[in-house]
Amino acid sequence: MSAEFSTEVPTLEVRDLQTRFHTRGGVLPVVNGVSFTLDRGKVLGLVGESGSGKSVTGFSIMGLVDPPGVVEGGQVLFQGKDLTQLKPAERRALRGNRIAMIFQDPMATLNPVLRVDTQMMEAVHAHRKVSSAEARQQAANALALMGIPSPNDRLRAYPHQLSGGMRQRVAIAIALLHGPDLIIADEPTTALDVTIQAQILSEMQKLVRETGTSLIWISHDLSVVAGLADDIAVMYAGRIVEHGTVDDVLDHPQHPYTQGLIGSLPSANRRGARLRQIPGMAPNLLQMPAGCAFAPRCARASAACDTLPEMVRPRPEAQAHEVRCFHFGPAPALAEATA
Amino acid sequence: MKAQRSFDEHSIWWRVGADFLHSRVAVAGLVLLALVVLAALAAPWITPQNPYDLMQLDVLDARLHPGTPSSAAGYTYWLGTDGQGRDLYSAIIYGLRISLLVGVGSAAIAAVLGTLVGLLAAYAGGKLDALLMRLVDLLLSFPTILMALMILAYVGKGVGNVVLTLVLLEWAYYARTARGQALVETQREYVEAARGLGLARWRILTGHILPNCLPPLLVIGALQIARAITLEATLSFLGLGVPITEPSLGLLISNGYQYLLSNEYWISFFPGVALLATIVAINLVGDQLRDVLNPRLQK
Repeated sequence: MSAEFSTEVPTLEVRDLQTRFHTRGGVLPVVNGVSFTLDRGKVLGLVGESGSGKSVTGFSIMGLVDPPGVVEGGQVLFQGKDLTQLKPAERRALRGNRIAMIFQDPMATLNPVLRVDTQMMEAVHAHRKVSSAEARQQAANALALMGIPSPNDRLRAYPHQLSGGMRQRVAIAIALLHGPDLIIADEPTTALDVTIQAQILSEMQKLVRETGTSLIWISHDLSVVAGLADDIAVMYAGRIVEHGTVDDVLDHPQHPYTQGLIGSLPSANRRGARLRQIPGMAPNLLQMPAGCAFAPRCARASAACDTLPEMVRPRPEAQAHEVRCFHFGPAPALAEATA
Repeated sequence: MKAQRSFDEHSIWWRVGADFLHSRVAVAGLVLLALVVLAALAAPWITPQNPYDLMQLDVLDARLHPGTPSSAAGYTYWLGTDGQGRDLYSAIIYGLRISLLVGVGSAAIAAVLGTLVGLLAAYAGGKLDALLMRLVDLLLSFPTILMALMILAYVGKGVGNVVLTLVLLEWAYYARTARGQALVETQREYVEAARGLGLARWRILTGHILPNCLPPLLVIGALQIARAITLEATLSFLGLGVPITEPSLGLLISNGYQYLLSNEYWISFFPGVALLATIVAINLVGDQLRDVLNPRLQK
């Protein structure tokens, strides 16, 4: 625990990030006051349903939000420097170099008409002035680092000649080319089958441990995050509703939404019984409730939930555990099970 | 997606080439096109007469039937002669040169220019995009032949001026296609990934998006060459194309037109056949290219 409160500047500190989409129907608060800190060499799992704002949070940190989306407030401190204040060229110099991103669909993130070596060498040359031979060598090394056999053959291949898992390894290798300090991975294993997913997860885990890279792993899959992350932040409708270490959030979930997510995992249910689900639907961002966004779906909601709850520390024994709820507490089903 | 091949023959263009050869008609078109191009390139060596050299023409040999031997030079006019005593076979081969030069030259220049304009419009967006695309709309909404006549009336005759006119008329097709394709490709995830690598926008546009835009542009290019040749022939026929001393196929047809009524069909007929063969060959190749490069038709 004490290491987390060291004097070292954290790799990433996000403070009150606000990203809004100005659509014809109105202004959507897609990311609404997100704050978190990520230390060197740590893995943060950013979890939530589709549309909860987790991907846009990643894009906002990268500075890749396109109109109609605009980052309108908050700070993104990368090694103490506020990225939102940088000029576009300065930001571009960091992107792909110190901060890298891995995308969800490995079929789509590689350019279909360019060979792997063309794409990788271009990525090298974007940030380093080296000879082509050297760039090629670095590309081959990065592929080898991702556990790709005979990297020189793979370099000469076109993306369509590689399998899905191989393509995602190549995409990750491209992200690793410059030894970034921060990697933002946006559901990179969702499109892969579970065995490949497991392999890639273990490669990532090893890399993070060996290189001290910090990692934000965006996912809707709690079971993936459980094995990989140090911390988990659960997002709902643009806000972080629960944040803590993996043990805090998964073993002692305090927010009804987190409990609902965990309860929805098929393995948590009894065989043959109806699968549990969270009643209702994610709120329309155009008509956000003034208070807690989860209140309409929440069994514990009361009149108090009409005002927005602050982040509070529900458990004195877990200093890092925070939850945005007035009625926090263990889940009834879990309480029964442990009682 | 097809089964994985070995890593040595994997270029996308390789696959396109293999698919292209599946159609016999297209291969026939390709062979015909190759013959036409070869004949045009080798013109001085395969023709008995230089039709541009007025000293070699003999007015006494004017309007001879196909197969008549020449009176002085000692060869046979297999395709007859025209009103100036030109050997039509030589004139057709040399005319092919002019027609192909005008067609390929104007299509190539228009392709480069139009693609750049289209990419620029897609890249810049906003007002410049709107301005350029309205200009394209304007150009495409006028009857081509009318525009061509107006431009040629202003700049005057000559091979260079015909190419210029055709470029002015045809860049718009490439611009519209390149812009549309670039806008589609911009939405693809690999562009987002390239931005994530910190590549500059112009670099992404030329290095990543442009190669993905090439297939439709290639198809347009092939068909536009045929169009340009036809248009040049039309303009020459109307008397506004290339000068009479350097007859293209269209001009040869035009020259023979007045003799058609007196049964001297060959002066127009054989250049017409050559023009037809060239256009058909290019269109066959272009059509097959379109089928091969169309992602919707791919297995």
